Amino acid sequence: MKFDTPATTNPIDRGRVVGIPHDRIDGAAKVTGTAPYAYERHDAAPKPAYGWIVGSAIASGTIRSIDLKAAEAAPGVLGIVTYENAGPLEKGDFNTARLLGGPKVEHYEQAVALVVADTLENARDAAKLVQIDFAPATGRFDLAGERANAVKPKASFGSEPDTSVGDFDGAFAKAAVKVDQTYTTPDQSHAMMEPHATIAAWNGDMLTLWTANQMVAWGVGDVAKTLKIKKENVRIVSPYIGGGFGSKLFVRADALLAALGARQVGRPVKVAIARPQIPNNTTHRPATIQRIRLGADRNGVIDAIAHDVWSGDLPGGGPETAAQQTRLLYRGANRITTHRLATLDLPEGNAMRAPGEAVGLLALEVAMDELAEACGVDPVELRIRNDVQFDPEAGPQRPFSSRKLVECLRQGADRFGWNRRNPKPGQVRDGRWLVGMGMASAFRNNLVQTSGARVGVDAEGRVTVETDMTDIGTGTYTIIGQTAAEMLGVPLEAVTVKLGDSRFPVSAGSGGQWGANSSTAGVYAACMALRAKLAEKAGFAADQTDFEDGLVKQGNRSQKLGALAGREGLWAEDKMEYGDLEKRYAQATFGAHFCEVGVDVDTAEVRIRRMGGAFAAGRILNPKSARSQVIGAMTMGAGAALMEELVVDTRFGFFVNHDMAEYQVPVHADIPQQDVLFVDELDDKSSPMKAKGVGELGICGAGAAVANAIYNATGVRLRDYPLTIDKLLRHADGTAIA
Amino acid sequence: MKPFTYERATSLEQAAKAVASVQGARFIAGGTNLLDLMKLQIETPAHLVDVNRLGLDKIEKTPEGGLRIGALVRNTDLAADATVRRDYAVLSRALVAGASGQLRNKATTAGNLLQRTRCPYFYDTRMPCNKRRPGSGCAALKGISRGLAIIGTSDACIAQHPSDMAVAMRLLDATVETVDAAGGRRAIPIADFHRLPGDTPHVEHTLKPGELITAVTLPRPLGGTHVYHKVRDRASYAFALVSVAAVFGKDGSARFAFGGLAPKPWRVAAADAAAPSGAKAVAEAALAGARPTEQNGFKQGLTARTLASVFRQKEAAA
Ligand SMILES: Cc1cc2nc3c(=O)[nH]c(=O)nc-3n(C[C@H](O)[C@H](O)[C@H](O)COP(=O)(O)OP(=O)(O)OC[C@H]3O[C@@H](n4cnc5c(N)ncnc54)[C@H](O)[C@@H]3O)c2cc1C
Ligand code: SF4
Repeated sequence: MKFDTPATTNPIDRGRVVGIPHDRIDGAAKVTGTAPYAYERHDAAPKPAYGWIVGSAIASGTIRSIDLKAAEAAPGVLGIVTYENAGPLEKGDFNTARLLGGPKVEHYEQAVALVVADTLENARDAAKLVQIDFAPATGRFDLAGERANAVKPKASFGSEPDTSVGDFDGAFAKAAVKVDQTYTTPDQSHAMMEPHATIAAWNGDMLTLWTANQMVAWGVGDVAKTLKIKKENVRIVSPYIGGGFGSKLFVRADALLAALGARQVGRPVKVAIARPQIPNNTTHRPATIQRIRLGADRNGVIDAIAHDVWSGDLPGGGPETAAQQTRLLYRGANRITTHRLATLDLPEGNAMRAPGEAVGLLALEVAMDELAEACGVDPVELRIRNDVQFDPEAGPQRPFSSRKLVECLRQGADRFGWNRRNPKPGQVRDGRWLVGMGMASAFRNNLVQTSGARVGVDAEGRVTVETDMTDIGTGTYTIIGQTAAEMLGVPLEAVTVKLGDSRFPVSAGSGGQWGANSSTAGVYAACMALRAKLAEKAGFAADQTDFEDGLVKQGNRSQKLGALAGREGLWAEDKMEYGDLEKRYAQATFGAHFCEVGVDVDTAEVRIRRMGGAFAAGRILNPKSARSQVIGAMTMGAGAALMEELVVDTRFGFFVNHDMAEYQVPVHADIPQQDVLFVDELDDKSSPMKAKGVGELGICGAGAAVANAIYNATGVRLRDYPLTIDKLLRHADGTAIA
Repeated sequence: MKPFTYERATSLEQAAKAVASVQGARFIAGGTNLLDLMKLQIETPAHLVDVNRLGLDKIEKTPEGGLRIGALVRNTDLAADATVRRDYAVLSRALVAGASGQLRNKATTAGNLLQRTRCPYFYDTRMPCNKRRPGSGCAALKGISRGLAIIGTSDACIAQHPSDMAVAMRLLDATVETVDAAGGRRAIPIADFHRLPGDTPHVEHTLKPGELITAVTLPRPLGGTHVYHKVRDRASYAFALVSVAAVFGKDGSARFAFGGLAPKPWRVAAADAAAPSGAKAVAEAALAGARPTEQNGFKQGLTARTLASVFRQKEAAA
């Protein structure tokens, strides 16, 4: 099915199941521990051996020699995989560094061996006995130091590194009010609950991986490529994933090494990347340096806007596209965005929790706060004045498919009580707390991806959906079930959803907040195909057939779904593909974040008191799980603002705080109250679902609202994230902090 | 984790003997620190002696009017004890400021005193660390040291003692009671219990091999206003950047102990004496001779500020 003209009225608009808050249909299995995660699939792969990864002790250099004698002689050891015995390996398309290093070492903790033993303890113990003689080389580990050597990268994901419209320099020079500031964000770790984990088993040439992977089809491709085997010989099963946040978009060392280990020892092997290994072994969000220049008239109306971004990655890697939102969010006839990429020998940088916008808005939305103050305009009003209903780089001929930023700003401000904010910083006290409010716009691109599904009905009228789509804790099972139920006129309870198996039709996968809209659109397509088959079997005209209450109806004639499906059942498969609506219309999701903080007048400890937001993201398929997504994302925004940082040791070239005790993410006590409003919106140009992505929108701008609230509370303007106590105190003189 | 043998001790003396007689043997209590370190092979005991079932889990009044806290009393139970909450509130508050509810349910009084540093280089066995591998150097000294100690350190090690409970114990002049393999008993004032690093940062306390902590006793209650303020990078479940334990007497006297600043719970008599001159003076006295790094110098100012907050909280409580 092809979606190339705006959607008209369709069965989803009935809104009997879709758009209604539902509990997760997989919730009971998860909370009772019966939902099987990758590392626990002993039912499918009995008696697996245990693999333990040995990570490089240097960041850059080579392996001179490996001595396995002691490790091989250790109790229970069944085999050891290294580059010397793994056979020829390619590198996956989605990997920057090799998943098994040697003799060249590309980063600290890069896997250089896998020890396989009969128990986890034996494998872990023997791993310490692997003797590797490293020849370290000098490396580049400091983004600020390498900034001058940064180059213009290739286009990534269809997005050019640089854009330019009008005459920025001229317009900025003439602007009545200017902001020109530089902001930095640190390296960050995904810190999802479930570590990367895989059980691998070979059956002849056939490899099966029970793994945690957000993008099953990409995974199949990269496993096949890396191992130099046929795609048909790789099966990935990934039905439950304990969080990913981008960390599991790609095949990682657990999957490759489990496969190699299983091949070497001739039995299933399971591997998890241990928590202290994750930050340096896997991907992370790269640090950024961002310069923002805003030129406006005295009323705050922007005429010139520039966003220059520097980030670093290993050779062959890509940039953090932090200027993405600046291309689309605000008006201004003269505009520039640039991305520059430095080469760093730190672990691989890659997608994490709304790559691009999440850190881009940490800079842009603080700059907007600075502009609001410079112009004496309320921050909400400033954003309303700079709203633009078309892509400001392309001009009015490319309007937004739907854009309710102003509605979000107004409704969000009302609900939050924004009018109670004192615009002058450092004025409001509550006991020992300095109290302040801040806000920021939320923006995240809306992407759509081809997505397929197979839908069947059995003789009892039960519906089954199969797709390789994944549920990374987002609630995908439920919205897919809702979509099929709506389309076929059955209750949600009558639908079984099967996900995350490469034997099922290829889906959009979970990433870039495209999963919900794209995968349900794929289910929509398959359901339309099934409806046509059912109508035909009933002898009805497809376009006059209704699906309701388990019945297939035309006029006053009706037949039971199950009866029509018959003993064999009836199946249909299709996928949703997209035309050029994306090109003709800018598609994005919008919102507004509000935050109230207290800052201890003596110690500068920051406590978030309230967060509130209003969001417009097309049809909200399941308001309950969408709210969960958004409050989780807002929590991540709070983490980015206040604490999350992988600290680089620039001598040794690694992230020092590589465990969950030292890499801090918010705990419950950091997040007291969150209010989420979804502003009514249907987007007929994004898909027949009229939905858009929502999962990542909640993080985009949330941290900037916190930063702006801290400024309002104290008068301290920080531009280097995270906004920790030591930084606040460094600038405390002459502010409201005692 | 290296393979090890395990036994459950049947009596205090037998426990002490078992540890003293087997090379590389260790006591295990809650295991919340020791097991983590064993998994990373930072500690590699050959033999574990479990002291959980020796009846050391009681809290009793002492004849002197103080409190005797069994070495195996869980942090959760100690924090919730009615007498502790009434008479030693600073201890209760320090306890609940530490770790998480789940950890406190397992963590014990003795184990908490003996928990090891949170210096990040100590946790990565590929890094030089004098505390973990004597003579290998100190990666933190010129490295990432934001959380580490600023006073009582040496050129060999600048690691901080991470405990909250121990800070309150130090404030209250607790005594650590022990029994050794020969059945000998000692009462060690907490001030003498932890050692400063000097040239031997791997030696952290004054217990002899096999010496078992049986209890920690507190003297008679001090009365007054109790405050524990812990400053950290998130609201809960994080180690202290700076913490201050304080008791303010009705007569205007006060005493202070500090966490997050030193290789042991930090207490200086001159700081107590400076109380009438206010927070800044107390901080100056407490930190005389401090040797911060470039990254953790902010702890000096933060100590004064935390004290200011503590004085403010005292006023508010009065
Ligand atoms: C993620 C995390 C966060 C934490 N946060 C904090 C915090 O914020 N504040 C804080 O104060 N603590 C914190 N802790 C540390 C926690 O308080 C300690 O791990 C705990 O108190 C140790 O007690 P345990 O009984 O589990 O000790 P164990 O791990 O059993 O033992 C620790 C040491 O004490 C020795 N030992 C135990 N009992 C005896 C005895 N009777 N006699 C002699 N030696 C003995 C053992 O041999 C071992 O060397 C945290 C821990 C973790 C893992
Ligand atoms: S400060 Fe102490 S614990 Fe940390 S690296 Fe140096 S010696 Fe080791």
